[in-house]
Amino acid sequence: MLFQPAIIALLLAAGLGVAALGGAAPFAWQILRRWNLASGSEGQLTMERRTYLFSSLVALVLGVQLAALLLFVFNADRMSEMFVGAMCAVGTLQVNAWGFPALVAQIAVFFAASQWLLINHLDNQARDYPLVRLKYALLLLLVPLLALSFGLQLAYFKGLRADVITSCCGSLFSGESRGISGEMAGADPRLAMGLYFGSLGLAVAALGSYVLRPAPGRGNGLLAGLASGLVFPAALTGIISFLSLYIYEHPHHHCPFCILKPEYGYRGYALYLPLFLGCAAGLGVGVLQLFRRRPSLAALVPPLAQRLAWVALLALVLFLGLSAGMVWQSNLILLEH
Amino acid sequence: MTDWFHKQRYLIDFSLAALGRRKVRNLGLLAAYSLLVFVLASVMLFTQGLRQEAKRVLAESPEVILQRLVAGRQDLIPPGYLEQIGRIRGVQKMEARLWGYYYDPVVKANYTFMVPGERQIPSGQLVVGPALARERGLVAGNLISFRSYSGRLFTFQVAEVLPQASELMSADLVLLGAEDFRAFFDFPAGHYTDITLSVANPNEVRNVAAKLAAALPDSRPILREEVQRTYASLFDWREGMVLTVLAGALLAFAILAWDKASGLSAEERREIGILKAIGWETGDVLRMKFWEGVLISLSAFLIGYLAAWVHVFHLDGALFRPVLQGWAVLYPHFRLTPQVDGLQLATLFFFTVFPYTAAVLVPIWRAAITDPDAVMRT
Repeated sequence: MLFQPAIIALLLAAGLGVAALGGAAPFAWQILRRWNLASGSEGQLTMERRTYLFSSLVALVLGVQLAALLLFVFNADRMSEMFVGAMCAVGTLQVNAWGFPALVAQIAVFFAASQWLLINHLDNQARDYPLVRLKYALLLLLVPLLALSFGLQLAYFKGLRADVITSCCGSLFSGESRGISGEMAGADPRLAMGLYFGSLGLAVAALGSYVLRPAPGRGNGLLAGLASGLVFPAALTGIISFLSLYIYEHPHHHCPFCILKPEYGYRGYALYLPLFLGCAAGLGVGVLQLFRRRPSLAALVPPLAQRLAWVALLALVLFLGLSAGMVWQSNLILLEH
Repeated sequence: MTDWFHKQRYLIDFSLAALGRRKVRNLGLLAAYSLLVFVLASVMLFTQGLRQEAKRVLAESPEVILQRLVAGRQDLIPPGYLEQIGRIRGVQKMEARLWGYYYDPVVKANYTFMVPGERQIPSGQLVVGPALARERGLVAGNLISFRSYSGRLFTFQVAEVLPQASELMSADLVLLGAEDFRAFFDFPAGHYTDITLSVANPNEVRNVAAKLAAALPDSRPILREEVQRTYASLFDWREGMVLTVLAGALLAFAILAWDKASGLSAEERREIGILKAIGWETGDVLRMKFWEGVLISLSAFLIGYLAAWVHVFHLDGALFRPVLQGWAVLYPHFRLTPQVDGLQLATLFFFTVFPYTAAVLVPIWRAAITDPDAVMRT
């Protein structure tokens, strides 16, 4: 195992997170079984008080996990100089079999955590804790996910050996390679562009109509959430299949990680931060619609969803503008008219 | 939205005033917190500087160094070896080098004697590195004598002392002419110490090394990127070791923070009771306490990081230098280049703010759920 500060910090954050959520799990179970707002018993009162503690604790842990995704990728990119054959984060993640699963798990934790935090925020606004059971049921689902992410990270970091010869992004993201990365890289650029701009356009239109209408309907919100969710895979496919080519000005370099490097002006961060933010906020607009019909939330959901829709809209428009600008600025001609 | 901002602003105002009311306790906590950040940040900034410096030094070194091995030990390059390598595609320049070590009993240190490839040094003259000149009190024009390994005494005139700026690379260096070198070390004619190769395309370096190993089975090619990687992991490892040792301090700090946060004074308890009685909710008290934590964390982070910056880049990292940089008699004096690294800042934040926040959460919650009547009655 490599003894590196960032690795220690990541493991510390994930380990403490699992411990905290694990500690909260019995309480969550108790809430699911015994929560009764109508009761004035001492047990109920204690539970109500404890929800403050556990909500804050889980919010802290999940908030840290949002930042941990960034640190994980940043660190993987930085460590590439330690492995023979690695030129960016891909090489580092491929040193053993656990690298990419750990990244995927961390991304899953990111989206799950962002939606949980949103539900928590909404629930805290209402007087009668309408979502408390749901919140803690979801928490029980989050515990194994976070534990899995921690386990994968531990396995990955423990298996990092500097004498392993890894392969660089050129071999993983090429049309010839097997598996999902090869499919994404080998996708026809026209099709990928259609999918990319189509899904982004749909999400922006749905979010835009949600924001601009005086009283947007439930269906509109659900559509905005669904479209924002679809943007994520479509945008990743687009980045791998054509956007990266324009950034590198090279017809065969498909890597979605090299764009994070200083040689390319850290443009990857400028793309990924709004993408993740926009998708998470957009998904949130959809998730909020599910609770619109609850009496105590009917007045709270619309303004919150409206704010989130604005955030998602601005982030996705920024993402769209940046990526279109990068294609525009590039000297590469991928498609001939 | 503006309402939200106003609310947070008032909360921050209130928290600041509340912090000010308990000056001694909070200043103590701030001092301990800043000290922790200072120690961790010093370690990180110092190793980062060393890593940068190693990278900078090695950037100028040749891509491949070829040594000859006999029975697993390094041996001299015999005559005709260079010709045996012949032409390898991708190699721009091949050069045989003459260098060796000399132990000087006067200062009890090893010098590196080297024949420079790019300049001619007249016979009987030397160019010396700054650390060596300092130790032996030499300036240009002085005479210096060395007793060679064969027992003969050689006297040289110092033609020049290398500039201070190059000290990291040249601290213990002695440059001399090829004839003087061979005479001083009784070096067999036509033999060399090793061979350097410059390769223009970095992607070709491994192929060149493979060809060299195939053509000369008794040789060992050493690649620059391997040396760089070794240095990087070495410094990372040292940094990780020191940080792990400091984990005890981190734990101690978390306990201190827990203790400070849970030891609510009667006055503070009453304050929270009154706040709740006049309409504050548990969530508001939590938020106020949260802002208190943020203010303390950020101040401590800023103070600690700035102090570490001064310590490492202006006071030469006096506290951690012996542990982190390694040891040598003629250790070069050098200034590290100041640099802020995003990854490092983020890591440091994870190391300090997260444990602090986690440690004070339970005590804060205990304070926040206090019932107003229970407090006022006591």
